Amino acid sequence: MPASTRIVRTYSLLLLFLALRAIGNLCLAWGTKRLPETLAADPLVYLRSMLDPAVALGVAMLIMALLTRLALLSVADLSFILPMTAVGYVLAALLGRFVLHEAVSGQRWLAVALIFAGTALVSSTPHSTTGKDGAP
Amino acid sequence: MTWLLVAIMVVATALSDLLQSYEMKRAGVQSVGARGVGRLLRMIVERRYLLLSIACLAFSFFSFMALVQSAPLSFAVPASAASFILETVLAKVLLKEHIGPRRAAGTLLVLGGVVLLGR
Repeated sequence: MPASTRIVRTYSLLLLFLALRAIGNLCLAWGTKRLPETLAADPLVYLRSMLDPAVALGVAMLIMALLTRLALLSVADLSFILPMTAVGYVLAALLGRFVLHEAVSGQRWLAVALIFAGTALVSSTPHSTTGKDGAP
Repeated sequence: MTWLLVAIMVVATALSDLLQSYEMKRAGVQSVGARGVGRLLRMIVERRYLLLSIACLAFSFFSFMALVQSAPLSFAVPASAASFILETVLAKVLLKEHIGPRRAAGTLLVLGGVVLLGR
């Protein structure tokens, strides 16, 4: 597979993973909050909660996120993916600030800036260093 | 008890990711189209290490739930970042990934940010 195709694939899988995990968690949080019962140690309560459409959708999206991450691991290093997926924290802060109009503290913006700088640095390294067509 | 849960969570997360990365590196390029998803699901069932990684993921998830029940989230999130360093070191040692100065520096910046987020 040519290097450029591999880069496009890595980044599209990364975006898909981040979107699936973010929306999946949102569905799960929204769905569980309106459940009549509290989630406890009883596994039956968890199974019943799956009957709620938002919870079921959330779980389905998180399963898809897991599979997308597996596909991502097939094209890129683990040590590349770990810092890159931390961009999710940046997205969460931006969504919280500009969509939900939450207050984001100065310390949190500093954290977001560190994560952003770190991922930018990591993204400039070769995605895969162990595969046949990865750089050594 | 808190530190035991942190230890279980960190080790289970690292083990799960290392097993997944090991298997997926051998599997060749995978996709998430309709056929790709089916193939990935079949691989989870057929490959022992992938199945084991899902079990580890469950362990890590439940220890995280137990952790946030007793400890504040502002402790749990930076504590879970410990797996970040452990996994990067093990990716270099066990998976033979090449971690140059730029990737190491970037990873440390991200780690700093994640720890700061939880404070």
